[in-house]
Amino acid sequence: MDIKRVKDYLYWLYYQYQLITCSYVLEPWEQSMFHTVTVTVLAMVLYTAYVFIPIHIRLAFEFFSQIFGGQPESTVSIV
Amino acid sequence: VHNGGLYKRPFNEAFEETPMLVAVLTYVGYGVLTLFGYLRDFMRQWKIEKCQNATEREEQKDFVPLYQDFENFYNRNLYTRIRDSWNRPICSVPGAKVDMMERVSHDYNWTFTYTGRVIKDIINMGSYNYLGFAQKAGTCQEAAAKVLSQYGAGVCSTRQEMGNLDKHEELEKLVARFLGVESAMAYGMGLELKGVICLAVKHNLFNIFLFPFLIQGCLILSDELNHASLVLGARLSGATIRIFKHNNMQSLEKLLKDAIVHGQPRTRRPWKKILILVEGIYSMEGSIVRLPEVIALKKKYKSYLYLDEAHSIGALGPSGRGVVEYFGLSPEDVDVMMGTFTKSFGAAGGYIGGKKELIDYLRTYSHSAVYATSLSPPVVEQIITSMKCIMGEDGTTVG
Repeated sequence: MDIKRVKDYLYWLYYQYQLITCSYVLEPWEQSMFHTVTVTVLAMVLYTAYVFIPIHIRLAFEFFSQIFGGQPESTVSIV
Repeated sequence: VHNGGLYKRPFNEAFEETPMLVAVLTYVGYGVLTLFGYLRDFMRQWKIEKCQNATEREEQKDFVPLYQDFENFYNRNLYTRIRDSWNRPICSVPGAKVDMMERVSHDYNWTFTYTGRVIKDIINMGSYNYLGFAQKAGTCQEAAAKVLSQYGAGVCSTRQEMGNLDKHEELEKLVARFLGVESAMAYGMGLELKGVICLAVKHNLFNIFLFPFLIQGCLILSDELNHASLVLGARLSGATIRIFKHNNMQSLEKLLKDAIVHGQPRTRRPWKKILILVEGIYSMEGSIVRLPEVIALKKKYKSYLYLDEAHSIGALGPSGRGVVEYFGLSPEDVDVMMGTFTKSFGAAGGYIGGKKELIDYLRTYSHSAVYATSLSPPVVEQIITSMKCIMGEDGTTVG
């Protein structure tokens, strides 16, 4: 019973996605093309986020800590 | 904005704004479909896919194009994909419930085939049968059937030659009494009516001597969301048209002030007539016109008012007399009241109501009276019966 509800909910989510991006009205081969492109773009975004966000956060943190509390420190930056 | 004390209660109308997310996602959806539309057009151009749309033949390509470019794009790529939800054929009277023919499409809505089955008892939310007068059985139908056997189905003549039956005279007197105006005239089709009388109204309003004014020198102020027929009629009349924002009395007052202060564009002469063109209920928005304020403005600036009551006649007001009665105003304040019989009365045709000189002028000079066939007798009888039912004169308490 739970599996059926989960499956129904997932199908409902897929249906909402189709309605919002208007891929509900496309023909099947167009839908496949559109889903491929969407999934590819989403995968690329996620990969970029995974690789680059920690580094960006670390650099930003160092930058701001230098401004606010780092005047007596030397100007040698941490590599 | 003041309304001259004509209407005491506050005017509440609320239209909610669409949320930002919904608007953005709608545009995203449009973008996706446009991209796919370009792809399909490319494929059709290079003959990878068969083009099923109507195009001109090869020999005709040197002439002026028959099909417009972007309008056709939208039609081909967006509308055709979802076309099966509209224009579905019905096979019964469109009353409260409707029977519809079932159809399927095997090639994504380019062609339809009927399966032969009929879907029964669908709740009808789309037709103009507001008050339910377009039924198969009932007093209207019996009266119309009697008149059909008595007068025949068609008149085969124009109003001015031999098409003026006593039924038409009776109808016009009844319409005048129903609306509370001096005189009225009925036409075969509501749309042509608006175009035609805009032309005629420019000639004569309150003019006892009946000599025609020039068409230049008149100004029409029409609402933003007026129906296409009103816009066409206004353009046909040849007068200058200015548009004010929908139901916005500040905009209208500003336009009136500018028109009176500055006069006509080049010569600075005063405008001969200023006509305000509004509708009773706007068909796409559903908003009701702010009639007390419009009438107060009209009186203050001495202009004329043309009220199109296509949707509101029979539907608004305590006894169904339209938007004028809804606000409790006098119908003599409105110079020209126009309406159709298609929506609330379940028939076809339109009418114009106003002062007697205006209607007499229209009877002699309007194009429809001279060239168009008059209303057919069963339709006239349907209108008379339904109008009497609304007015309560047929003895029952149905209306």
